Amino acid sequence: MADSRGAPVLNTTIMLFLLQDGITNGAIYALLGLALVLVFAVTRVILIPQGEFVTYGALTYATLSSGQVPGTARLAVAMGIVAFVFELFAARRSLRLALLGRAFAIDVLLPLGVMALTYELAGRPHPIAVYIALSLAIVGTIGLFLYRIAFQPIAHASVLVLLIAAVGCHLALQGFGLLFFGAEGQRGPALSNAAFTIEPLRFTGQSIAVYATTLALIAGLWLFFGFTLYGKALRATAVNRLGARLVGIRTALSGQIAFLLASVIGAVSGILIVPITTLYYDTGFLIGLKGFVAAIIGGLVSYPLTAIAALLVGIVEAFSSFYASNFKEVIVFTLIIPVLLLRSLAAPAVEEEKD
Amino acid sequence: MLQRLPVMLFAAAMAAIPFIPTMPPFWIVLLDNIGLSALVAMGLVLLTGVGGLTSFGQAAFCGFGAYTTAVLTTAYGLSPWLTLPLALLVSGIAAVGLGLITVRLSGHYLPLGTIAWGLGLFYLFSKLGFLGRNDGISGIPPLAIGQLKMIDPGTIYFAIWIAVVLCALLTMNLLDSRTGRAIRALRRGHVAAEAFGIHTPRAKLLVFIYAAVLAGLSGWLYAHFQRAANPTPFGAQAGIEYLFVAVVGGAGYVWGSVLGAAVVVVLKEILQSYLPLLFHGEGQLETIVFGILLVVLLQIAPTGMWPWLTALLPFKRKRKRPDVSLTLPRRPSTAARDGALLQIDNARKQFGGVIAVNDVSFDVLPREIVALIGPNGAGKSTTFNLITGVLAATSGTISVLGKKLDNPAPQEVTKLGISRTFQHVKLVPDMTVLENVAIGAHLRGHAGALASMFRLDRADEAKLLAEAARQIERVGLAEHIDAPAGSLSLGQQRIVEIARALSADPMLLLLDEPAAGLRHLEKQQLARLLRELRNSGMSVLLVEHDMGFVMGLADRVVVLDFGTRIAEGPPEAIKTNPEVIRAYLGAVA
Repeated sequence: MADSRGAPVLNTTIMLFLLQDGITNGAIYALLGLALVLVFAVTRVILIPQGEFVTYGALTYATLSSGQVPGTARLAVAMGIVAFVFELFAARRSLRLALLGRAFAIDVLLPLGVMALTYELAGRPHPIAVYIALSLAIVGTIGLFLYRIAFQPIAHASVLVLLIAAVGCHLALQGFGLLFFGAEGQRGPALSNAAFTIEPLRFTGQSIAVYATTLALIAGLWLFFGFTLYGKALRATAVNRLGARLVGIRTALSGQIAFLLASVIGAVSGILIVPITTLYYDTGFLIGLKGFVAAIIGGLVSYPLTAIAALLVGIVEAFSSFYASNFKEVIVFTLIIPVLLLRSLAAPAVEEEKD
Repeated sequence: MLQRLPVMLFAAAMAAIPFIPTMPPFWIVLLDNIGLSALVAMGLVLLTGVGGLTSFGQAAFCGFGAYTTAVLTTAYGLSPWLTLPLALLVSGIAAVGLGLITVRLSGHYLPLGTIAWGLGLFYLFSKLGFLGRNDGISGIPPLAIGQLKMIDPGTIYFAIWIAVVLCALLTMNLLDSRTGRAIRALRRGHVAAEAFGIHTPRAKLLVFIYAAVLAGLSGWLYAHFQRAANPTPFGAQAGIEYLFVAVVGGAGYVWGSVLGAAVVVVLKEILQSYLPLLFHGEGQLETIVFGILLVVLLQIAPTGMWPWLTALLPFKRKRKRPDVSLTLPRRPSTAARDGALLQIDNARKQFGGVIAVNDVSFDVLPREIVALIGPNGAGKSTTFNLITGVLAATSGTISVLGKKLDNPAPQEVTKLGISRTFQHVKLVPDMTVLENVAIGAHLRGHAGALASMFRLDRADEAKLLAEAARQIERVGLAEHIDAPAGSLSLGQQRIVEIARALSADPMLLLLDEPAAGLRHLEKQQLARLLRELRNSGMSVLLVEHDMGFVMGLADRVVVLDFGTRIAEGPPEAIKTNPEVIRAYLGAVA
């Protein structure tokens, strides 16, 4: 890869290899970027803790596969109970049994059930699909409760307040991550050990799974937003919260769905990469931020642009790790600057005050 | 100086602390850290709390300050005092570069952008060879005055806290000035500020640089306090923490930064030393508690602790009355001029396929009240926006005093003597009526940011405030002069907007629905005021829906419908014009 004097030389094989690597990573960033755009559009929250969903998903999956019970299962239960208390407090003037029962089922019984199942299954080997399902359930409920606890009470606050709250969530979740998973990195079992070679490139089942899942999720999101009532309700909330409320859309529910989707997407991304790279409790933050770079390039509004930008980020990262591996992160994060520059030069529209 | 008495007392108390004999040295270290953190947060107060620009990247500017002195003192043997201006300069220049790119971004792009370059710079610090990569630079010489070397935390304490108190004073001075008002107006969007000649991108860049220089100062002190610099304290986490400090203290308040720094530093210390005992756990328990506390705080007190604390004080700060005998030079009167003040000739504005203003022509003569009326959506406010430069006309010309304007910036229009009010009130709600009105006189003052910081602007400032106070008196709101503008009724806020427009000493006043929300008596007062203004030589162009008000007041009425002028003439003729009746009431029954 490098000649005797250390200067890297690029040939077609290496270029293809880097491209492949970049596209695999880019696909992951695309997923995260999409989740960020989704959450921002619906709730105006800039989801800094997206990276934690990635690590939680990955490390929960890895821990389960090694036959242990991950701490995230307990966290989900604890957060569910807090969410239930919030729900009780919010509805204290109009306590109805149906409402209470529903909240109790989702906030308490669901995570308890998942935890019980986790303990039940731990210690004996199971198909990978079981671990994946459990991980997604755990991280999904954490995402749902996170919105209920941290963001729903301040849903009308300014973007800045929501952003700082998101930072607070990131700090807390990362701290919990260290507590649950320790400082050592983990790897999880591959989804498939199949591999085939098309000269000169070797495709592993895992990388195919990454591409397939990304495409499937993008198609799924497209179908969800285009053709389902809930998807349309989410879009309506994104365009105008007040208007959505007036036509009977429960914006709180929209927010919860957005967070649920984002956390599941994050967890899926984590599960997809943990067989390829070792993940640490704090790796997610950086991965999330790269999804974030893509989302910014996409302007936080456009899904297709975000997906393309994410591929670009992945490829730039791969090539800069080849040419200047020391400055890989510097290059990826400064990629934003020219984009911001272009946006600055484009004439800003007449803006009305926000608050 | 009496105004600054609390600051003096605070400074004296801080100066006395190290001399308390039983003071544990560890507390002094904590106080040093509080001071360092407060400096950065103070910049954020100005940038984020006051100016509305959120930055997660302040830690990177600390890095610029710290590394500048680290490199220059260790590799080139420069004296630390010599590197101070250089450290500030490097931070400032970095801020100019990053600021030019980022501050024009609106809303959430700005914080996102700052996270990105904050991270990029952190990795740059940790990879560059001459900055010592991840290990950083050690062996930085201590600050020294003659033989006194500031090695122990107790001596550098003075350097840190002198810097904090000085910077707080300078920042307070800056905020309480012409430039300060411009900065405080930023948060409410740029349209109103620009209508009175404030150059908003420049004001944003100014606060950005100011905040970066404060962070650079903190970094310079940090480097000589730790005698080493490595990348960790300048990363994204630290940038987040500084914002946290500002929000905890109260992001809109200079002293909130000191309070916030104290709370956060002490809290962190307590969490770090006691949490492991409580839970016997490994890991970063303090970050968990920290994060949760942040979310809790935002839910119960989103404006921070400082306003909550000052509300508990039994006495209120007294405000000084401006000396209304001072006057500003006035614009040459246009009352005796022949020919129009404002000529609109075939002005057209298209938004895509919608023609909002369709080749409209009319003019405004000296000493004349012209009313622009028409049903909703007739294009009245768009016409206002064309005249004031908020929107560029698709075609047609607009001339002022016979001179054609070529898509002027709003700041240029107000210089020509046209000032306006807004249909949707655009005041800064937490500034007093006096301060809001003084924004109108922005272009009639000259003091810049540096002059304001060092209080060299007082003569200039007194005249601006006097002018503002006079205009408030003139519109009949003298009793509300010190009330926050947001506490007034909507009708009164409209009148405040008129006073603000009058402070610019206009020859032509553009009023967008001034009577909306006023009670009957207030409307009569307003009509009297406008007549008085006309009689003193000013012209008024107003958009209004209240026909009784318009017909009794205007000299001439221009009627728009669907963007087209359908009638023009004296009120009596307009009242009976069949076209107008059709536009308002539909087809004749």
